[in-house]
Order: sequence, then structure tokens, then C-alpha cells
Amino acid sequence: MIEIEIDGKTFQAEPGSMIIEVADKVGIPIPRFCYHKKLSIAANCRMCLVEVEKAPKPMPACATPVTPGMKILTCSQKAREAQKSVMEFLLINHPLDCPICDQGGECELQDVSLGYGKGISRFTEGKRSVKDDDLGPLIATEMTRCIQCTRCVRFEQEVAGFRELGATGRGENMEITTFIKHSISHEMSGNIIDLCPVGALTSKPYRFSARAWELDQVEAVAPHDCIGSNIYVHKRVQEVMRVVPRENETLNETWLSDRDRYAYTAVNSPARLHKPMIKVNNVWQETDWATALEFVADGLQKVLTQYGPKQIGAFAAPSATTEEHYLLQKLMRTLGINSVDHRLHQTDVSDQKYAPLYPSLGIKIEELELQDTILLIGSNIQREQPIAGHRIRKATLRGAQVLSINAVDYPVNFNLAEKIITAPDHFNLNLAGIAKALSAQSKADLPTQILDLLKEIQPSAIEQKFAAQLSSGEKKLILLGAVAQNHPEAATLRALAQLIGTLSSAKVGCLTEGANSAGAWLAGAVPHRGPAGAALPESGLAMNTGLGASLRAYFLLGIEPEFDAANPAAAVASLNKAEFVVACSPFKTDGLLQYTHAILPIAAFTETSGTYVNAEGRWQSFNAAVAAPGEARPGWKVLRVLGNQLNLADFDYVTSEQVRDELRVLVDAAVFPLPNPHPKGDGIGKRAEGKGIMRITEWPIYSIDNMVRQSQPLQDSATNEPTAVYMNEKLAKDLQLQDGAMVKVIQGSAQAELPLMVDARIAAGCVWIPAGRPETATLGAAFGSVEIIM
Amino acid sequence: MLFFARRGDFEIINMTNVLPENIRQQIDEWIVKYPPEQRQSAVLSALTIVQNNNNGWLTEELMDAVAEYLNMPRIAVYEVATFYTMYDLKPVGRHKIGLCTNVSCMLMGCEKIAKHLKKRLGVEFGETTADGKFTLKEVECLGACASAPVVHMGDHYYENLTPEKIDEILDGLK
Ligand code: SF4
Ligand code: FES
Ligand code: FES
Repeated sequence: MIEIEIDGKTFQAEPGSMIIEVADKVGIPIPRFCYHKKLSIAANCRMCLVEVEKAPKPMPACATPVTPGMKILTCSQKAREAQKSVMEFLLINHPLDCPICDQGGECELQDVSLGYGKGISRFTEGKRSVKDDDLGPLIATEMTRCIQCTRCVRFEQEVAGFRELGATGRGENMEITTFIKHSISHEMSGNIIDLCPVGALTSKPYRFSARAWELDQVEAVAPHDCIGSNIYVHKRVQEVMRVVPRENETLNETWLSDRDRYAYTAVNSPARLHKPMIKVNNVWQETDWATALEFVADGLQKVLTQYGPKQIGAFAAPSATTEEHYLLQKLMRTLGINSVDHRLHQTDVSDQKYAPLYPSLGIKIEELELQDTILLIGSNIQREQPIAGHRIRKATLRGAQVLSINAVDYPVNFNLAEKIITAPDHFNLNLAGIAKALSAQSKADLPTQILDLLKEIQPSAIEQKFAAQLSSGEKKLILLGAVAQNHPEAATLRALAQLIGTLSSAKVGCLTEGANSAGAWLAGAVPHRGPAGAALPESGLAMNTGLGASLRAYFLLGIEPEFDAANPAAAVASLNKAEFVVACSPFKTDGLLQYTHAILPIAAFTETSGTYVNAEGRWQSFNAAVAAPGEARPGWKVLRVLGNQLNLADFDYVTSEQVRDELRVLVDAAVFPLPNPHPKGDGIGKRAEGKGIMRITEWPIYSIDNMVRQSQPLQDSATNEPTAVYMNEKLAKDLQLQDGAMVKVIQGSAQAELPLMVDARIAAGCVWIPAGRPETATLGAAFGSVEIIM
Repeated sequence: MLFFARRGDFEIINMTNVLPENIRQQIDEWIVKYPPEQRQSAVLSALTIVQNNNNGWLTEELMDAVAEYLNMPRIAVYEVATFYTMYDLKPVGRHKIGLCTNVSCMLMGCEKIAKHLKKRLGVEFGETTADGKFTLKEVECLGACASAPVVHMGDHYYENLTPEKIDEILDGLK
């Protein structure tokens, strides 16, 4: 630490830090435009000029490192004059029409010019004007307002790792532009709106809909991935106007993914359901809550008495709140129903009894960037958990080695040291090969039956390389992504990941889908365990089995099986046959209207209080920002009142906090045996029976839940892959199919007609088909063999 | 052929057609001058080579191909190509006349030269004569201030210019 003086006061400062950092820390204001603590230093705006004793000229505070004894004056006459001159220069070309600018009221330039600008401009020359770019549905541009601070360009280069904007031309002709016609496609693009100090880049959906001073902000937690990014919901009276990041250095830093930023646009979608609906004599009618709840309670009771609790399944979205998961399972279990689950896309849960209390990342999210070696198994991390992807990119910039096994060669914004791109049914063999290669050098004590399983395996060259990489480095992490978890042999993959972890002393973590998988496990929204891992008298059916089992009644919380189920065709067939289906949903959709008998309108994420538990196990509670529209009510309240309606004991919660605290006590008291490090893993090293073309399914970034599916701006974004059957050139040639042709995808009795897209990134012999789209809702299992014909 | 949206609406380039073998070889000579992880440093030379091979101007496709070859973002190549006045993004005449209008040249009377050139050629800055012979350009300081005013044509600097000297030079060109 060294001592410096700012405006006559003495401060301790880190040697090498910049004047502006020290001043920011102690709260001395220095105006700035180009400087941002998360970006490299450009020092191109000169707004931060300050006087430094003995320096002949004013110095930029953002680019001048402190030295011992340095004396800095931020508002001496010299400093003030310099700051005012810079301001005058900046305003030469900037329009002076704040009242018609969307940024007005929250503009850094406006604020700074209030303090440092002149009342009257000395310039009479014409101002330059710049043509606007169309950056797509998320970001609006007014490039005449740009002051060329290059924050947006530096963000893309340094943080996003994918440049779509640049500064073309020179001098006064310099422009920030994509140069060619191009819609921004990066999944974190919206951050340049926050970074832009002026009104050049603004939010397109929010544009001109409110003024900053009309808004109140409410703290909330983003509801789409297992990071739990912190957000502010900005509302005007009872209307959500936008969502912006709430800084949290340990989670999302200052950033937010576009999914978390724009999904709020679904809140006011025309599909919102405002009143409970019930189907009487095959005719839908709107009704009041009392009638609807009585209808639902009666319907469930009837099935219960007639067929017993095994004929009812209750399935919730992994992004439902912990309170909702807890109340749903409590309600069902009190009725004797054990088929409760939240694992929407997973099919192989055969190892569930060995599972830990909840699937965890194994480390803290902020520790991701400190890893030395990371093995990604079946993970499209940048799209699945954009913030985790960003942290991994940071790790690689520090020198971390990232290895990946995947079925699609997803483009990533970091370096992959090694990769294996192969059909999903090969994952098992590749992982076994890596384990075998590691076992040759490892001193770890392995049960003989595991070693026996590996006996026949001959590691290939690339598997040896993976093993070598995993043996080096200190902090090592193995992460299972969506394709690994939704894989038909997920249990084997988990066992192998554990095995590789033991052999290489790496931690093993899970990047779970949805915002609250951890919370759902803890709350007991799994078919084999109650809250906090409590044993159940008997296991129920898991989601995928249950949805395909033609049960007599279903209770759906926040899911639309035609888009969300791992086998939509089977799920919809079951639902169509069922005698009684209830859905709690914020939206009225064609699917729900077709197979349900009652739809209870529930709150969207901005309208309910609740708790999300992220992948590191952090509980984050939040309040409702606004009231739900019409008669829609928070899900937890609906479940609570339904409990009353069914005359269940202990359903008298007044607040969601009471629900949470009841669970919290159980979780804190839980003595849960550590999971067996080596579940049986019978399938290890055995090639699953698979014939023909293998399907790979992903629920793409903007198809993963009902919220994002209802968000028009996200749907229109260039980040969204078109719905099609993707395959590599060789397979297309073998099948004698042309790029762009309409083809039929057949899975038993399920089929769909889709355009074909030739894509070199798809593993040989496989087709990649997005789920969660209307065009693919008629298809069957997410993985396994398919037939493709003309 | 369409790729994942990560490529956005970027067209895919057929490298063999756009950057033929001999051009790539010329670029390679520059690439080896830099450390392997700084391949991008060859961008100025690569653009010059590609431009010379395309009648003196760059197409979007050529810039994209250079980007791909040097493993850099396309926009980064556009930035370079629009920053430096020696690159042209529209078809140009056989001879590019780049007249410096920066400070020193301005003090030494480049205005006069500009007026003369515009009159003689019948074009404004940034335009090409109807016969496709000349393109007149306004460029920034050529680093030859000591002999201002200066014009840059191909590999040559013509210094200490007067209208008469300009006529002489232009008359001598085919
Ligand atoms: S668009 Fe905004 S962030 Fe980008 S350079 Fe211009 S002023 Fe800065
Ligand atoms: S903030 Fe220091 S030069 Fe821009
Ligand atoms: S100003 Fe013309 S060459 Fe320098």
C-alpha cells in the first residue's frame, strides 16, 4: 500500500492502481465516459482529466497509475478548465435534444454536462449525423448520439469474446457500426446498452415507454438458469417496464444475459391468462377462483378415490420457486401421491437414490474462473448458462485448459484445448477411455468391480490427451451439461464423471437446467425423496416415465409438455387420454386448452415472492415487484388455497417466507449421508444399442421455458437457431438430401416435417433437432435413433 | 449453407476461390514475420496484396476472406480497411491520385493543387474519371511534410508539387 493525496485528503492505495480506481473507492467523483471498471483502459474520452502535482499537463485519471506521495487535485482551476474544455469538445457533435432522447434522465453525458458544460455553445457549424444500424430486435441505435467512447466495442472484444460492432473510419468520420447488415447474435449483447453512456444504444423493447424518474426498482433474481443472476425489475406503478442487472460480483458481476434481461417482455404477452378457466361438458369457461378450486379439488378427489394415488402425477417446471415445489409436493404427498418431479428433460434417473441432496456445481460460481482444467461433458455452456460461460472464458484468458466432449461442435468464445465431437451414444466409451488412461497412473483406490468394467477398454490417442490434460493443473473441474443430463445413459455418464473426478482429483459439478433445480431437490419435488432428502414410503414415477404412463390425472405447474417434455408425443398422448388434467400457468396456450380440464392463472416471476437456490446452493429470496394481472395469483398461494380446499392439515401459510422457513429448518437439520462416490455404473464401457441416425436434442436458449417462448423480442433475435434438422454434409449426401429441402423426421409413430440444414458442426451420423418449438412438438424421444426421409 | 446463429447472418466463404493459392502464399510471407499468435499483424499487408490483385479495390468478400485467413473478426478487418486511406472499397481508376490535405500540405498550398486536379480531371475527391483512368482521393499526412504538398500514386510520392508539375506527371501516364 502506498499513500497518496486527493483533494487534500490522504488515502491508502494499491500500488499500480489508477487514480480513478482509488477515487471511486473513496467516493471522490471524477467525471468519465470511456472508463469502466470491467473493461480495458482506452483513455480516449479525456473527460477524467485531473491535476497531478508536478505534472505539466492535466492527466487522465483512468490511465495514470498512482505513485507514492502523489498529490491529485480533481477540482482545482486547472482540472476544472481541462474538464470543461473536454466537455465542450464532446458536445460539438452531440445532439442537444435530450427531451426526445430515450436515455434522457439516465444519461451520463447529460449528467456530466450539467456539471461541466456551458449554457451556450460557441459552435455554429453543423453537427455530424450518422446513419443508424439495425442491430435486431433487442438493441435500438441512434448513432448520431455516439461519443466514440468504445465501451461497446471493448465489451464485445474483451467480455463477450465475439465482435460484431467496430469503429470504422477515422477522425470525425469514425462510426460505431456493424459495417455490413447484421443483427447482433451474442447471448449477452444487451450489456452494451448499460455500458453506453449516452443514448446511442438503448433497449428496443423498452424504448420510449417510460422515463427513468418514473420508475421504481425492485430487487429480484433471474429465473432462467442455475446462476441466479441478480436483477432489478424496473416498474412504473403496476407495470414492469424493464429488467436490468443488479451488480453482484460473486454471481453475474455487472452483466446480464439477454435471456434474463428481456424475458420480462412475456409478462404482458397477449397470451396471459387473467381468470381461472375450467372445461365443463367440453366447453371452456372463465370462472372465479372459488369455483375453479372446487372444480380442481373435486376432480383430483374423484381420480384419487376411483384409481388411487398412483394414478396421479404432479410435475413442475425446474424454474418454479422453492416454495411452489415444496407446497406442491406437500400437497401431493399428503394425498399419498409420490409421482412428483421437476426434471423436465431428463430420462435416465436410475441412479437417483445415490444422488446427493441436490445437484451442485461443486464450487462457487466465482471460482469457475480460478480453475486450471475444466472438462465439459455435453454442455453448450455459453447458451445454457451464459454467465458460467463468461466465467469459463475468463478462466481460459488466465490460461486454463478447457476440454469438451459434445455431440455438436458448438462455437464458444474461449479456446478449447481439446475436443471430441461424437454421437451421444459414444460419450460413454470416450469417458471410459479417459478413465482407463487415468487409472494407469492414478493412485486412487478403486473398487475392483469398477476396474473390471474398464478392463476391456483401450484408450485412444485423443482420450490419452484428455487424461494427460486432466492430470495436470491444480484446480480441476468436470461439468455435466444439458446433453449429458438429458442423455439416455445419464446415470452412466454421471458415474464415469465421478470416476474421472476421483482418478484425477477433479471436482464434479452439474450445470442444471432451469433456475431452481437445486431448490426443487431440496423441497422434495423428486419422486423418491421428500423435503431435505427425507425418505418416502414408496417412490413415485419420474417426470419422463410419468408423463408417458397414461395416468388418470396430471397436475402441471408451469410446464407445457408439448414443448417441455423429453418425449412430447408420448406426453401429449398421455395427457389427451387422462381423465383430469390441471395446469397452473401464466399463459393460455393452445396445448393447455387442448389437453387440460382446468387452467389456474399464476403469477410470472415479477409478480410472486419466492426463493431460488442456485447451482452453488445459494438461497436467494425475492419479493413480487408488481401484482399479477387480473385474477392471476402467485403459484404458492394457489397451492396453499388448494390445500385448504382439500381440507389438508398444516396449510395455513400467510406468507411465502413461512413456507421457505419451514423447509429451511428441515434442510438445516438434514443429516444426509454423502453420496456413494461410485454408483454401480453397469453400463460403463458398453455401447448402447443404437442403430441408424442418432438424434441430438437441445432446448435452445430461447425455447427453454414458457416465459422465453412468449417473449417476441427474444424469439425474433438472431441468437435463435432456425428450427430445422441439422446434419453434416456427409450424412446429407448419404441420404441423398439437399440442403434446404423439406424432410420428414420419423420416430415410430411420431413425426415432423422440417427443413434440412447442412451444418459441419454436427457429429457424424447424427441430426440435431431443437425442442421447445411448435414445429418439433409432435416428435418423440429427445435422443435415440430417427429416420429421415424426403 | 447455413450455420448456427453464432455466425449470425454471416455468409460462408469459399476460401479456395476467393483467396487463390498464389495470393495466400504472398500473405504467408508476411505472416511468418510475426509471432504465430500475432497472425493478425499481417492484416495491412494482406489487404494490400488482395487489393492489388483486384484492380485496386476491396470487396466485402475479400475482406471477409482475409479475416478468416488471419483468424480475426470480420469487423476488425473492416475497421482497418476503412481507417487507412490506401484501401478502397469501391471500384477505382487505373491510377489513384492521393492528395494530402493535412496541415503541412495545407500550409504549402495543397488547396491550389486540389483545385487544379479537380478541374483537369472533372471529378471531386472520392470520384473516378469517366474513362476509368484516374481516381482522385483526399488522404491524410503521408509523412513527407518536408516536401509538401505531396501526392501519392501507387508506389510513388510526388513532392513539392505545383500545378505545372502535376500536369507533367499526369501527361506521362498511360
Ligand atoms: S455506441 Fe455508446 S458505448 Fe459505443 S462507442 Fe458510442 S457512446 Fe460509446
Ligand atoms: S475516462 Fe479517462 S479518458 Fe475516458
Ligand atoms: S501533411 Fe501532407 S505529408 Fe504531412
